[in-house]
Amino acid sequence: MAETTAAVTERADATAMTDGAPAPSTPVARRRRPRGILVPLWLGYVFLYLPILVVVVMSFNESRNLFVWTGFSLRWYPELFADGAMMQGLVNTLIVATGATLIATVLGTLLAYGIHHYTRGGLIRAFAIAPAILPDLLLGIGLLTFFSLLSFTLGLHSVILAHGVFATAFVTAIVLARMANLDPSLEEASRDLGMGPAKTFLRITLPQLAPGIVAGALLAFTLSLDEFVIAFFTTAPTQPTLPIVIYSMVRFGVTPEVNALATLLLLVSIVAVISAQRLTRLTGTSR
Amino acid sequence: MTTTTPQATPAVRAHRARRGLAAAPFLAPGMLFLIVFMAIPVGLLAFYTFFKRGRFGGLVFEFTLDNWAKLAEPLYVGVILQSIGLALVVTLLALLLGYPMAYAIAGLSPKWRTVALVAVVLPFWTNFLIRTYAWILLLNNAGFVNQWLQAIGLTDEPISMLYTPQAIVVGLLYMYLPLMVLPLYASLQQLDPSLREAATNLGASPWRAFRTVTLPLSLPGALTGCIFVFVPAMSNFVIPELIGGGKTVMVGNLVRDQFYEARDWPFGATLALVLTMLLVVVIVIQAAVSRRITEGPRRG
Repeated sequence: MAETTAAVTERADATAMTDGAPAPSTPVARRRRPRGILVPLWLGYVFLYLPILVVVVMSFNESRNLFVWTGFSLRWYPELFADGAMMQGLVNTLIVATGATLIATVLGTLLAYGIHHYTRGGLIRAFAIAPAILPDLLLGIGLLTFFSLLSFTLGLHSVILAHGVFATAFVTAIVLARMANLDPSLEEASRDLGMGPAKTFLRITLPQLAPGIVAGALLAFTLSLDEFVIAFFTTAPTQPTLPIVIYSMVRFGVTPEVNALATLLLLVSIVAVISAQRLTRLTGTSR
Repeated sequence: MTTTTPQATPAVRAHRARRGLAAAPFLAPGMLFLIVFMAIPVGLLAFYTFFKRGRFGGLVFEFTLDNWAKLAEPLYVGVILQSIGLALVVTLLALLLGYPMAYAIAGLSPKWRTVALVAVVLPFWTNFLIRTYAWILLLNNAGFVNQWLQAIGLTDEPISMLYTPQAIVVGLLYMYLPLMVLPLYASLQQLDPSLREAATNLGASPWRAFRTVTLPLSLPGALTGCIFVFVPAMSNFVIPELIGGGKTVMVGNLVRDQFYEARDWPFGATLALVLTMLLVVVIVIQAAVSRRITEGPRRG
């Protein structure tokens, strides 16, 4: 212990010294870009991360009290996994997100291709992207009304359909954006050489669109995982998704398990966002 | 929609029909899905607004305009105005906070830009309800902000912060700030730096170069960001309920209550449609304004 602290102070001293010494390359950069410009950015990050940090730190708290730190403990993690309601919520959420992503990826990709090639006005495009802009509240109560009029039993299947609606819009938008950047001559060449539209789509367009489709599917999946309002209106009380479980906990009494859950979910999002970033960068450079 | 113009020859019409047929396998499944699960449900809501409520939710098939007339009651007018006010304050604060952030990010080196952007987006990908709950931890009377304020001696007694309209504003701002930063960054990053350089080389002060070059060119991004923040802030009902303690009612809460507590579905549908129409008006205005900004110089 003593050794490491000594090493740390030494390194701190060293950095302090280099900081003090005039660095030859910085003055130009400094003149171009005033240092103060980064202050609001850092303040913004403090605002964005402080609440998350508090939750993460408190997930390692020994006490059941949410507001008082008593000591380090990992007890809330096993307790989280032993919580039946929470785990069932997680399973339900994963089922919904998978179903909605499958629907959205297939329908959204086809829509984007069809819109790009066969429509001239923006009407169909606007219609296909509308669910992404429509207030979730309107879609939620609309579907609730619709399902109850048809006496359609609510459950995970109704949430899958409901999430499929807005997820389709996001996939369509992303694949359309990717299509706009494609070189049309490849498709034209394929058509000129006598391939039908279906074959051209499968052999030429689809492989080129793959990065956009993957990005759209990832977005659809994460949006569905997080979605609360539409699921709230379209599921049965006996089949809550994870956000609904958290909602009722926050309303009726939170245990530190929520902190542990939040920390794990945060970890998953970090991994997902960074790998999505890597993925788009890799595919972006290879083409 | 001019599908068949009078002078369309049979050949043109046949060509169009063939195109339509080729498009069908791509467009039909998605369109059908969206018609059944979006257009019809939303249309159904519009239909419900003209009928009487059923006793346990649902409706009675008896035409009435009561639902629309009810909107004029001071209680509901007040809630709608209050929601607009809160959403406007949130949007303005997001712009004030988000603009300098986006500006700073656009000025970073490409490598750090990516890192900084991911850092802005990351909280957005953490569960919405958990982020809401995090603010309860912070703002509660026993919460951390009060603990810190007392630790540095700014206050002896806890200040009530949770369950106030201000707490709702902070919560909504926190939720949607990334949606302001992203479009702003996109428009600032597209700016040709040589424009600003030209302005400074011609003797403009940095502030003047910013005011006359950067600011006008980033307006479309700012407008998009404002829409991205205003629209969800306006219809949110979770934050007013959990952080606002249900004391400050927004339109979203009212709609939710009509469906779950009051069981007045037709009136709930009316409120939700009014909310949506309001948002559509805002979006149409935004689109018109930004088209004017981007196209204006070229035409004039």
